[in-house]
Amino acid sequence: MRSYVTGFAVSLVLTLVAFGLVLGYTQGSLDVSKGLLILSIVVLAALQLGVQLVYFLHLGQESKPHFNLISFLFMLLVLVVIIAGSLWIMANLDYNMMHNPNIEKEIIHDEGY
Amino acid sequence: MKYIEDSKTTLGFWIYLMTDCVLFASLFATFAVLRNNTFGGPGGNELFSLPFVLLETLILLISSFVCGLAVVSARKQQKDRVIRLLVATVVLGLMFIGLEINEFRELAAEGNDWQRSAFLSSFFTLVGTHGLHICLGLLWASFLIVRLSTSKLTGTTVKRLFLFSLFWHFLDIVWIFIFTIVYLMGALS
Repeated sequence: MRSYVTGFAVSLVLTLVAFGLVLGYTQGSLDVSKGLLILSIVVLAALQLGVQLVYFLHLGQESKPHFNLISFLFMLLVLVVIIAGSLWIMANLDYNMMHNPNIEKEIIHDEGY
Repeated sequence: MKYIEDSKTTLGFWIYLMTDCVLFASLFATFAVLRNNTFGGPGGNELFSLPFVLLETLILLISSFVCGLAVVSARKQQKDRVIRLLVATVVLGLMFIGLEINEFRELAAEGNDWQRSAFLSSFFTLVGTHGLHICLGLLWASFLIVRLSTSKLTGTTVKRLFLFSLFWHFLDIVWIFIFTIVYLMGALS
């Protein structure tokens, strides 16, 4: 019972803080760089993921050999490969595609030859 | 009652949830790649209303919490309380899905449906897949309610309820990332 109340309260605060930060930024009352803001809302989401995994999904609370935890960590590896890999490859592909008329000049500028 | 966390059924269901995570990961990757390909159409900052999305988020979070309370009551063998809490979970879930369908309908009515741009295609696929999971969860919870109201609270029923709660909490976690990556970051683009 107590674990659910804690998880709920912390999740609520994290959601509201992330929402408040973005609302403050879009209304101009919060003066930070966009990169920092994106980083902080991603960190808040990751924190909330951890809180809900522990308090709601009871991850890591089963007895040894912790198969749930192992399969979760493996899924995390696959997830990072899929998302980071897709973004990386597609950004490169985008850069090298011919649909940008100035791409040859940009590549020459970036690569320095 | 540690036996539920340790049972093979829970592990099997957990592995299903992990594969579902991979499904959502590929949809998130698609969305992240296509987020700026609006084909001259509106982007996220013009389409989404943040207070509306916050309302959806809070409703789903409360629903997830209430579902957790139902599991706690089930372990204490308080059957009537379990049924009441599950009904509350379903009602909140219905509110969420109603708001989402309304949002989709309004977007489509303004001509911003999934055929408008690659950005909107990936948006509807990602958020729609989550919504479909919510619908299936609501169906599952309704069956649980019927079952609970006609029979006793046995070990098997408690286990089924626990698996449903895992599914429901998992959907809330996916929604945290939809909220952050699709809506909050969309508002910043």
